[in-house]
Amino acid sequence: MRHLIRRICFYLVALWASITLNFFVPRLAPGNPAESLLLRFERKGPVNPEALKALQAAFGINTSDPLWVQYFQYLNNLLHGNLGISFTAYPTPVATVISQDIYWTLILGAVSVAISFVLGCLIGIVMAWKRGSLLDTVLSPAMTFLSAIPYFWLALIIVYVFGFSLGWFPFSDGYDTSLDVGWNSDFIISALYHAILPALTIVLSSVAGWMLVMRNSMITTLSEDYVLMANAKGLRSRRVMFIYAARNAILPNVAGFALSLGFIVGGQLVTEIVFSYPGIGYSLLQAVQGQDYTLLQGIFLIIALAVLAANFLADLLYTALDPRVRQGRSA
Amino acid sequence: MSRSSSISMPLPLSRPVHIRLLGGLSTVWKALTANRKVAVGSGIVAFFILVAIFASVFIHQDPNLLSANANQSPSAAHWLGTTATGQDVFNQLVLGTRSSIFWGFITGIGVTILSIVVGLIGGYMGGLIDEVLSLVTNVFLVLPALPLAIVLASYFPRGAQTISLVIVVTSWSWGARVLRAQTLSMRSREFVTAASACGESIWRIIFWEILPNEISIVAANFVSTTLYVILAEVSLEFLGLGDANAVSWGTMFYWAQKADALLLGLWWWFIPPGLCIAVLGAGLALINFGIDEIANPRLRTEPVPKALKNKKVVA
Repeated sequence: MRHLIRRICFYLVALWASITLNFFVPRLAPGNPAESLLLRFERKGPVNPEALKALQAAFGINTSDPLWVQYFQYLNNLLHGNLGISFTAYPTPVATVISQDIYWTLILGAVSVAISFVLGCLIGIVMAWKRGSLLDTVLSPAMTFLSAIPYFWLALIIVYVFGFSLGWFPFSDGYDTSLDVGWNSDFIISALYHAILPALTIVLSSVAGWMLVMRNSMITTLSEDYVLMANAKGLRSRRVMFIYAARNAILPNVAGFALSLGFIVGGQLVTEIVFSYPGIGYSLLQAVQGQDYTLLQGIFLIIALAVLAANFLADLLYTALDPRVRQGRSA
Repeated sequence: MSRSSSISMPLPLSRPVHIRLLGGLSTVWKALTANRKVAVGSGIVAFFILVAIFASVFIHQDPNLLSANANQSPSAAHWLGTTATGQDVFNQLVLGTRSSIFWGFITGIGVTILSIVVGLIGGYMGGLIDEVLSLVTNVFLVLPALPLAIVLASYFPRGAQTISLVIVVTSWSWGARVLRAQTLSMRSREFVTAASACGESIWRIIFWEILPNEISIVAANFVSTTLYVILAEVSLEFLGLGDANAVSWGTMFYWAQKADALLLGLWWWFIPPGLCIAVLGAGLALINFGIDEIANPRLRTEPVPKALKNKKVVA
């Protein structure tokens, strides 16, 4: 329990850090980019005074309030879900833009990460179990190569081969745009059909990492005495493989979840751009190219929130898997 | 190589400089060739470094030179075809190697230095300093690095320097954590106690006594960091956060995407740079796995002797 509270406190600190970074970065940037954003806003048309106030609070311009007052105004706006208004999607509020896209990104990301984690661990287990076999000697270098490929390049290749040349799959949008968005079977099938290629890209790019870590950690575990003992007792090899060796070998993968997830999420955003997927990656590209700082910061906050939540879940899993952590001994 | 083993006599410092240099080089050479993975990996990386250094010897044409021959598929005149504005893709690829390699290694070095400083100081000092540094490290570890890098980069002037700096700021935490753990275990060793008993300053102990003992971890960390950095730089440039007029692998993607190379079927534009990145990345990854195998003999894939295999004994 103490461990859990410590972790919760840590994630709260991490959340606070990302919010605070978001607050200070525009104030530290050279050449006052926020002011030029505001000027561009005013050129676009009349800005709702309340939105203008939120913008000024977020970026700290045209205000005589001391920094800490601005900071609390900013926090207050965040707590009310007020992320400012988007410049590229003017005059839609950032919160609305993000809430339209976030489901696509979350579902695509969660499903792909789950598939690649399970698949990577399973193959890693088998590779270590049959070390030196054909499977191991072929897959190891192949996976090395795969792990070094940039996500968006793999996406380009997959789009080119399966979408453009063969025409098996659609290569833009998240669903058939002639259909109505809703919970009907046509729409869901179309959405699944459109998600296959992006998901394949993310799974292929990220599976190698899980697999190689799993293989190496499994090999180390397999030489432990308790595995030898389990073999000596004559337990079925599947039981030894999964219950004895793999359960302990999986810990580095769960512990390394944070690092990998941040990387995968970044890759996923770029993948979405290549596929013109209606997720948050596409808005991110718009925000970068239009220098839409409000949207950019909103997107970062949401992504950070999602990643922190996923890491918290991974922590819970780690606690469940490793009794040393539960009992307060150092892992 | 047989020479260096015969030279290993006492008083090595009295030997002339060129012999010592040769001895050092042969040690490095032995380390590089002893493990097959490291050998192949270093070969690949060395090839790209050579291309980067000698690019301008072979290519005399301005890689951004426009011509009327747009969207040409590969031919004898243009080995890898031309872009939508008639630029030669092969020229861009070769000259782009320079920027991508140079900034990749510079940024890799920057990230490594920052993680050494944070990791070693935190690990050795302990107490409040360690608590604070660990907290900052762990926070940066869980924050998504690439999105953070994108946000930071978009506020600063576009260019390779910005991308490099932003990546240094966002990706040092992993190395710092690994080095801190190692320093913690080093701190209580006898040579550290001896050094501090001799009255050596804290900085000297940290960077002259402890750091050389962690050089293998630093090297492995540098290799994996550089791999990550090259991928991250390309992604940022692809998004248009780099200097779009400079020639690099990432900006080639940026322009290819802008010109809808995919929908026009101009595969020769976007496949070659990606292939280069993948091969270079695989080279770096191979070096890293090789270092892993040297450090952890259990990982080596030597065939298990038949007799052992039949007895179902796990190595």
